[in-house]
Amino acid sequence: MDAMQVNPTRMELTRLKKRLVTALRGHKLLKDKRDELMRQFLEIVRENKALRQKVEQGIEEANRYFIVARSVMQKEALSVALMAPKQQVKLEVGKKNVMSVDIPRFTAKTRTDDPNDIYSYGYAFTSGDLDGAVRALAQVLPDMLRLAESEKSAQLLAAEIEKTRRRVNALEHVMIPELQDSIRYITMKLDENERSNLTRLMKVKDMMIAQKIREDQARSEAAG
Amino acid sequence: MSSGKGCVNCMDKIGVLGDYDSICGYSVLGLDIFPVVEAGEAAATLRKLVVGGYAILYITEELFQQIQSTVDRYKDDYLPAIIPIPGQGGSLGIGMGLVNQSVERAVGSDILS
Repeated sequence: MDAMQVNPTRMELTRLKKRLVTALRGHKLLKDKRDELMRQFLEIVRENKALRQKVEQGIEEANRYFIVARSVMQKEALSVALMAPKQQVKLEVGKKNVMSVDIPRFTAKTRTDDPNDIYSYGYAFTSGDLDGAVRALAQVLPDMLRLAESEKSAQLLAAEIEKTRRRVNALEHVMIPELQDSIRYITMKLDENERSNLTRLMKVKDMMIAQKIREDQARSEAAG
Repeated sequence: MSSGKGCVNCMDKIGVLGDYDSICGYSVLGLDIFPVVEAGEAAATLRKLVVGGYAILYITEELFQQIQSTVDRYKDDYLPAIIPIPGQGGSLGIGMGLVNQSVERAVGSDILS
């Protein structure tokens, strides 16, 4: 028998049966939640992988340009050229609810409308490679934002899936079998009580009949 | 400016952490750059920025590796999103590793690789 201590009473049985029904329903719901989360998660993760590859490529390209620019230009001149940015990115953070998990949605707003308005320096004293580097980075920025979004979403969903999976397993392998065991135990105990009660009654009846017969015999002997 | 938690419409900022040579380009795009060299300094800066309302923080992979424990603390929070990016030395595969890590966490084993 399991370790659960239960009173073998009808009231307890009803209570446990109710709990079992709830546990079963919860298990089914959580399982559905897990499956749907998993579906969404895999979608996001695929996107995440593709984006990461793209972003890493873009950044590497920009870095190549930067290395060339740095080798041609003086360090100070490069710092000065990049010192006062023209553009400014403001981020608007929204929320999206995926199966009760809040995942962030990022929308970036640039200060000026013209996306090409990024060169913060005059072209006279800088190398052309610097322009290339800045352009490459500017191109990769939207993808970087989407990467941040999908990577964070993937992390949050992964955490939620892990939690849900544990709950499903706990219900499936611990709670539900335990409840079923207890219910079986109580049912058997009650049946046993019923049977013992019945035999006791039968025995009492037999004894009463025997006594009656004995009384009848005694009376007829006295009369006779 | 408050941190992004629970706040839907507030404007948040984007920061970039790393060695100066790797991240100087992002300043032109209008992102805030924070050149740091040493891991302890980086962790302190990171904590400061999270409190300061930065929603996205890009960190070069070299640094990301060194301050992993600080980064992990914010992993399950809604914000900030801390994203490793390749530095000047090229990709170290840490970003991809992170993706695989979350797959492993969700599924129980790495199914995509």
